[in-house]
Amino acid sequence: MIVADNHLLLAETQKITPPSIEYSSLSPLLIVFAVALVGVLVDAFATRSTRRVIQPILAGAGFVGALVAVAVLHGRHAVLASGAVAIDAPTLFMQGTILVFALLSVLLVAERRLDSSGGAIVASAAVTPGSKGSTAARTSEDVQTEAYPLMVFSVTGMMLFVASNNLLVMFVALEILSLPLYLLAGLARRRRLLSQEAAMKYFLLGAFSSAFFIYGVAFAYGFAGSVEMGKVADAVGTTGKNDIYLYLAVALIGVGLFFKIGAAPFHSWTPDVYQGSPTPVTAFMAAGTKVAAFGALLRVFYVAFGGLRWDWRPVLWGVAILTMVVGAVLALTQRDIKRMLAYSAIAHAGFLLVGVAASNTDGLRGSMFYLVTYGFTTIAAFAVISLVRTGDGEASDLSQWRGLGRTSPLLAGTFSFLLLALAGIPLTSGFTGKFAVFQAAIEGDATPLVIVALVCSAIAAFFYVRVIVLMFFSEPLTEGPVVVTRPTLTFATAGIGAAATLVLGVAPQPLLDLANTAASSGFVR
Amino acid sequence: MSADTLTVAAGTGAHPLHYAAASGVFSLSWLLIVLPLAGAAVLLIGGRRTDKFGHVIGTAAAAASFVVGVVLFAALLGRDGDNRAISQHLYSWIPVNGFQVDVGLLVDQLSIVFVLLITGVGTLIHIYSIGYMAHDPARRKFFGYMNLFLASMLLLVLGNNFLSLYAGWELVGLSSYLLIKFWEDRPAAATAANKAFYMNRVGDVGLALAIMFMFATVGSTGFADVFGAAAGGVIGYGTITAIALLLLLGACGKSGQFPLQAWLPDAMEGPTPISALIHAATMVTAGVYLIVRSAPIFNETQAARTVVVIIGAITILLGCVIGCAYDDIKKVLAYSTVSQIGYMFLAVGLGPAGYALGIMHLLAHGFFKAGLFLGAGSVIHAMDDDQDMRHYGGLWRYMPVTWATFGLGYLAIIGFPGLSGFFTKDRIIETAFDKGGTSGYLLGSIALLGAGITAFYMTRLFLMTFHGTKRWSSEGAEAHHPHEAPVSMTGPMIVLAFGSVFAGGLFVLGHSLQDWLEPVAGEGEGVHTFSPLVLTLLTLVVTIGGFGAAYLRYQLRPVAVQAPTDSEVTLVTVAARHDLFANTFNETVAMRPGQFLTRFLVWLDLVGVDGLVRGSAAGIGGLSGRMRRLQTGFVRSYALSMLGGAVLVVGALLLVRG
Repeated sequence: MIVADNHLLLAETQKITPPSIEYSSLSPLLIVFAVALVGVLVDAFATRSTRRVIQPILAGAGFVGALVAVAVLHGRHAVLASGAVAIDAPTLFMQGTILVFALLSVLLVAERRLDSSGGAIVASAAVTPGSKGSTAARTSEDVQTEAYPLMVFSVTGMMLFVASNNLLVMFVALEILSLPLYLLAGLARRRRLLSQEAAMKYFLLGAFSSAFFIYGVAFAYGFAGSVEMGKVADAVGTTGKNDIYLYLAVALIGVGLFFKIGAAPFHSWTPDVYQGSPTPVTAFMAAGTKVAAFGALLRVFYVAFGGLRWDWRPVLWGVAILTMVVGAVLALTQRDIKRMLAYSAIAHAGFLLVGVAASNTDGLRGSMFYLVTYGFTTIAAFAVISLVRTGDGEASDLSQWRGLGRTSPLLAGTFSFLLLALAGIPLTSGFTGKFAVFQAAIEGDATPLVIVALVCSAIAAFFYVRVIVLMFFSEPLTEGPVVVTRPTLTFATAGIGAAATLVLGVAPQPLLDLANTAASSGFVR
Repeated sequence: MSADTLTVAAGTGAHPLHYAAASGVFSLSWLLIVLPLAGAAVLLIGGRRTDKFGHVIGTAAAAASFVVGVVLFAALLGRDGDNRAISQHLYSWIPVNGFQVDVGLLVDQLSIVFVLLITGVGTLIHIYSIGYMAHDPARRKFFGYMNLFLASMLLLVLGNNFLSLYAGWELVGLSSYLLIKFWEDRPAAATAANKAFYMNRVGDVGLALAIMFMFATVGSTGFADVFGAAAGGVIGYGTITAIALLLLLGACGKSGQFPLQAWLPDAMEGPTPISALIHAATMVTAGVYLIVRSAPIFNETQAARTVVVIIGAITILLGCVIGCAYDDIKKVLAYSTVSQIGYMFLAVGLGPAGYALGIMHLLAHGFFKAGLFLGAGSVIHAMDDDQDMRHYGGLWRYMPVTWATFGLGYLAIIGFPGLSGFFTKDRIIETAFDKGGTSGYLLGSIALLGAGITAFYMTRLFLMTFHGTKRWSSEGAEAHHPHEAPVSMTGPMIVLAFGSVFAGGLFVLGHSLQDWLEPVAGEGEGVHTFSPLVLTLLTLVVTIGGFGAAYLRYQLRPVAVQAPTDSEVTLVTVAARHDLFANTFNETVAMRPGQFLTRFLVWLDLVGVDGLVRGSAAGIGGLSGRMRRLQTGFVRSYALSMLGGAVLVVGALLLVRG
């Protein structure tokens, strides 16, 4: 690859052959990408009022189209575009999952009936908080419609992230998915300062972690002479495993990915960003980013560094244990419901890492299943949160949820059900997901990890149940929050998420079978 | 259990028990249960819409079930003796590998007589209730519960395995509970229902354990399998005795036998038709059914049979003695029931010689005790819900039909020659003596003594109610205007009076019932201690003695309107008035230790478990509080923690490489 000066002559004779690209196999990615570009054009040319309508429909249609394409592609098992992209069963499974969650998140973003002025996205993000214009931006019915193309770009990044077969392409995908999210985090209509702070922190720390990642990629190249996963894996198999570059590559790429999944000790951005972002964006991040990041993590650790399994497993164990403990323990003392769910997300990342640490087919299957169940539940939970409001926006302080079971039993009941699912109580998808992951881990000789996971689940159950107790066994506040009943889209999203949580808890077999088929066909190399 | 062509040795072993597959009319046996169940469903689900005609539906469902029962009985008569047990497989309830539970019905000589008793007396009491509950706003619900009871009781006696029986067993407990507390606004009724429920639980645990033992030993709960194993000697003596004693515990709970008898008198808080149907004629005799049905088990264990006999004997005396002391007409009848079921237990405890006799007395008792309760209900109705016999007197003039029917029932129970009780009770006394040896004499004497006391307290009840001076006034604030009950009430009473008179004779003549039941119950040989004539005379003398004592005391001397205080009566009476301290006994032996155990466990839970939980919760909470401080909100410290983490990860991996 390195072309030295004295090879110039040779270069004359070598023709640069453009990579052959099978556009049909990349169609899900291309559809979403095209929609994102069209979205930018729409935002540039359509009037304010029309684009408020067109953008969500366009994004939704793009996701549905891509979903169809994913379905059509099922069974494909190939490395495409000169080794840049891998289309295989796990990839398609996770791309489909990302698209479904994106579709649900678009419904939340498109909601315009949350309070008197509109939805969760601010009208003008650039106005300084506290200035005169900020009140106007809060009460204006306008929306920063760039949110939709940003989201679609982010989805493109996520889909490429899980499909990258090349560490450099993976880095590009990481940036495509992250940069729009940094912006989206700053678009909250209410509590602008918090939102902007979240965006800033997310950006800085994200950039920091990207640096780790790309540094790791460089070491991988130094070790293997290639950034293609298959070639790295071959090098691990043939060249001695003692190369320090290899270990640095594993560690640094790992750090970059751990940051994205929100694993401890790289989790500190999670609560601040989850709290500050507009709730629909939080839901999107919690569900979509988690799938994408775990998809990439699984591919890197199972494909590129699969031969080094016995070396990275102890580290993964340590990270998983720390993540579960930090998530479960710190959630106990949270008073803000979104922060609590952020720590819950950290704990769930830990549980997912237990599945990754299993490092077998069952682990892959369990992790994929878990990602689906967790995504549905968490999107529904954030949808419910956005419905409970005071004059100041969302009633995010836990004390304001006191006695909500008396005043709004349906909403409180749904939320309780979702919390039970997050806690992993049987008959919810949370239980089946945990069961699949833990079973895989036990089969993968990670029993101590499962024991820690169970203890952490027990600790975590405490703070979930505490919210239920607060809602149903406390006297309602006299000046309590109002449950808004007009937001149809948000209700629909919460309903779909809760229904999926129930169905996957009661009859998980079809999805388990699907995940099983995907996992046993395995990653392509 | 596939019972289609199972042939097992059962009973005395003389006759192989053959369960034929259901065909023809027998494939409709499920209708017996489904009809009243449908009635209950319509009435309870239909709600107030069925208020107007609910009682008609309920009664029709019961009557239809009775008709099916009669048809099946006739069809059974048409088959030869060894071919009268028909098993019908309905569906597989739990089809797990290694644990097959099938739901099936068994129509045989034993279950069909129960079917006829339950549906026959049940239908009569449904008709009676139309009049008795006419003014109750919740009459429809009452009929719904009664239909539910019929369905449950039929499931109990018709199941072809112990699990179906158990399901019926629990369901009759439920219906009994619902009906005792039917007037739930009365605290006494609610308390009585709870008491009945709790005490039945004690027995039910025994039955459940017995079934688990069976499954653990035999691997099945089907009658054919279990009885085949029992008769085949597959089950060890210790195990089979344990099973039998646990079954007995269940039987004692349901049938109000010592030491679980205390709930039955309290259950009289329910409406009187319920006392007649459930707490006299049918449900409380389920214990007897259970023992006779499990005859192949009890046949194998002399020890358990001895316990049955002892419990029967104790209960006879206990019921009689307490029955003498109460002034509440229904309580006296309730203790009379306790005592009469004691006779049945005594009989079935005697083994193959007594099974049929127990069933015979059970059937006869079903008629006359139901009749007595319906009569008592008529009197209570007439006296404006006053149940104290000291406030009655001279009522025969005002309600002649009740007097006559009640009188026949009364004569039947004390064993007036020619009436039901005379035949059935005398045979039990005779068989007790025939057991031979000291124990035979002892048991016979107790049974004989019981007959005397029965005559005493029943005469007392009859005289205090219908004869003597009027102890009520027809004027003033507490005026009563007793009147005869409507036809819907007197009709069933008259029919039951016929039963009281003729049933016993019908069963005994030509050994008809004993022969009929023989394939199920077996046939026993006993020594003849006394000739039947001598014994009959002896019993008559004792009965007349009891009658005379009561006549002297309650007819020739005036009855005080106020009951004498405890200081004016003998210690025995005081004890009897307090149910022979059964409640105190229960409280001391079961309730207090239970409460203490509960309190201890609660304490253990609070201090031990909760302490551990709270301690660890506090610990984790504290940890959480401390760890929280790491989340400073400064990006620089976040970045630092990330860097630290990265260093750790790199270090760890390099260490692993080591």
